[in-house]
Amino acid sequence: MILHFLKLEWKQYFRSSYWGKGIALKILMVFFALYFIISFLAIGIGGYFFLKKEYPEQDPLQIVNSILVFAILGDLIFRYLMQKLPVMNIKPMLILPIKKNTLVNYVLGKSAFSFFNFISLFFYVPFSIVLIKEGYSIAGVLGWFLAMLFIIQTVNFLNFLINKNNIAFWIIAITTASLIALQKFEILDITIYSQQLFDTIVANPLLCIIPLALVGILYFLNYKQLRSKVYLDDAVATKTEEANSTDLSWANRFGDVAPFIKNDIRLIWRNKRTKTVFLMSFLFLFYGLIFFTNPVYEEKMPAFLIFAALFVTGGFALNYGQFIPAWDSSHYKMLMSQNIRYRKFLDSKWFLMVAMTAILYFLSIPYLYFGLDIFLMITAGAIFNIGFNSLFLLYAGSFNRKRIDLDKGGFTNMQGTSATQFLIIIPIMGIPMLLFYILSKLVGFNAGIIAIATVGLTGILFKNYFMDLIEKKYLRDKYATIHAFDQKA
Amino acid sequence: MIISTNISKKYGQSKVLNIESLDIPKGQSFGLVGNNGAGKTTYFNILLDLIRPTTGNIKNNNIIVNESENWKSFTGSFIDESFLIGYLTPEEYFYFIGNLRGMNKADVDKFLRQFEELFNDEIIGKKKYLRHLSKGNQKKAGIVAAMMGNPEVIILDEPFANLDPTTQIRLKKILKILTDDHAVTLLVSSHDLNHVTEVCERIVVLDKGLVVKDIKTSAKTLAELENYFAV
Repeated sequence: MILHFLKLEWKQYFRSSYWGKGIALKILMVFFALYFIISFLAIGIGGYFFLKKEYPEQDPLQIVNSILVFAILGDLIFRYLMQKLPVMNIKPMLILPIKKNTLVNYVLGKSAFSFFNFISLFFYVPFSIVLIKEGYSIAGVLGWFLAMLFIIQTVNFLNFLINKNNIAFWIIAITTASLIALQKFEILDITIYSQQLFDTIVANPLLCIIPLALVGILYFLNYKQLRSKVYLDDAVATKTEEANSTDLSWANRFGDVAPFIKNDIRLIWRNKRTKTVFLMSFLFLFYGLIFFTNPVYEEKMPAFLIFAALFVTGGFALNYGQFIPAWDSSHYKMLMSQNIRYRKFLDSKWFLMVAMTAILYFLSIPYLYFGLDIFLMITAGAIFNIGFNSLFLLYAGSFNRKRIDLDKGGFTNMQGTSATQFLIIIPIMGIPMLLFYILSKLVGFNAGIIAIATVGLTGILFKNYFMDLIEKKYLRDKYATIHAFDQKA
Repeated sequence: MIISTNISKKYGQSKVLNIESLDIPKGQSFGLVGNNGAGKTTYFNILLDLIRPTTGNIKNNNIIVNESENWKSFTGSFIDESFLIGYLTPEEYFYFIGNLRGMNKADVDKFLRQFEELFNDEIIGKKKYLRHLSKGNQKKAGIVAAMMGNPEVIILDEPFANLDPTTQIRLKKILKILTDDHAVTLLVSSHDLNHVTEVCERIVVLDKGLVVKDIKTSAKTLAELENYFAV
């Protein structure tokens, strides 16, 4: 039976849309994965020697032990946000002659091998090997390592138990935050207890059966809970949320475009992925802090400050704009058979990008703290985002040929990504950076800023002309787009 | 009203549609039947300019559909659930479509009142998004939206599929009233021979993209069709 399941997993993996993605994206994702693996490996191998050098009077293992409590809490929070038990996969099996016990064991067992459980091993394994090489007792290190292995699994199964419950999350988050605060204000030093606890395991390796027992108990609890819920109206059910109808009549003042704007606002607010894009754009506001607080950029690479300035106000336009019109891919056919001018559809998207950029610009005023020059850069970046990038993103969107299913998850969902998304970065970021680089070298800072703003203003002035061109392009590609959006991954 | 000349659609080597000529006069209620892969949906998609024909063209009220878009203002259609906007509530969807078809909120409310019986209290005021409605209720919403704004041509692909028996009967009634005075040209495709013979005054049978029968509906039509499909 398990063999059957494994075969299905294999097929699911290799037939998933992941492999249908463009080569550029695959390379990028492999690159990210490698980056994480190598970073963890490097910390695992080098960590011991680094700690030894920085804190010669302390035992590196004890230092690690003392902060493990935060690592575990952090792991739990991370999993709470990212990891869900893949129950939906067993829906097609429910009516087949397979025992429900087998299904539940399978789902739980499979989760033990989840990606989340392997990331930290890239640290623990090399670190343990280094410890043994450095003369720690083999039994002690092995016991410690096994304890870690079981704790990872404990966290894994604990997460599934508490995952449905928001209160549990807040308890963990608040506990973690207060522990950090208590630590910071030197009221209570949790690291001492953490160190004592894990040192005891190193001293008595057999104690690693305690976390093993914990894994067993949690597995059993999970099993009991899930077993009673393998029904279509319970765990296997897709959740439906109640519709919230907010009054958007204020948008009526935008005339012809109003129904589209209302739709777009609902699109953004009622779908996970678009909502993530929307909320993330406010995080991008803080992106500038990384660059503006670091004098290296100002002295040696001022062009990168432009890069940051563009992101401060452009977070929404860039992240939302690059997937136009794929956001509407599931009902694209309907739009194409309605009595509408394509222009209004595009105008609405343009309006949204411009409005959000303006709002973000307004919110970026506190950057004045870093000086007028910085704020002028942000201003020029905002004008460029409004005038050039919004139009260019619409144009680039006509090359989008990948469907997006809005009801699929938000974060780390790369659906709809193709080479287009990588190529558009060149003009969107490259042009202003290059302009600034050349002009500020040859003429001066102000000339660079003015050049960027001028390109943006040109875009605003000739907006209608460019929009006509973009509309024509979209209409020309209509059939190809309809066909592409019909292809479900 | 709808004149198809020499329409064909090829995907690679296989011809999925090949209609030399097919005229649907104004006000006719026209039924398209055929097994899976007969080309019914392909024909409707070409008529709605959603795919391009390999050869030939279709004129909707003397407008060649892939050359001008003016036919859109008098043509309502529902092909499948991809015509719905999943993240809207049914009301919001109706207001949106109504707005595109020149109806204000009051017009839409008044229009929807005629369909209270068809909706059977399952569509309006339910605080649910379209994507969370059942297949049958999605279909009801889509069909009603296709009738908004007094269109002269209404195209419905498989309108009876997924509907419960009561709704099927109610929908038939609505379609009959709609075509009674021969002002609206109705194009319907269906797998259900009973329904289509009841609603349509003319039935065309497609098989592998070809027109194999063109029948003016009479008392004998149902038997004739059943005989044809009972192979």
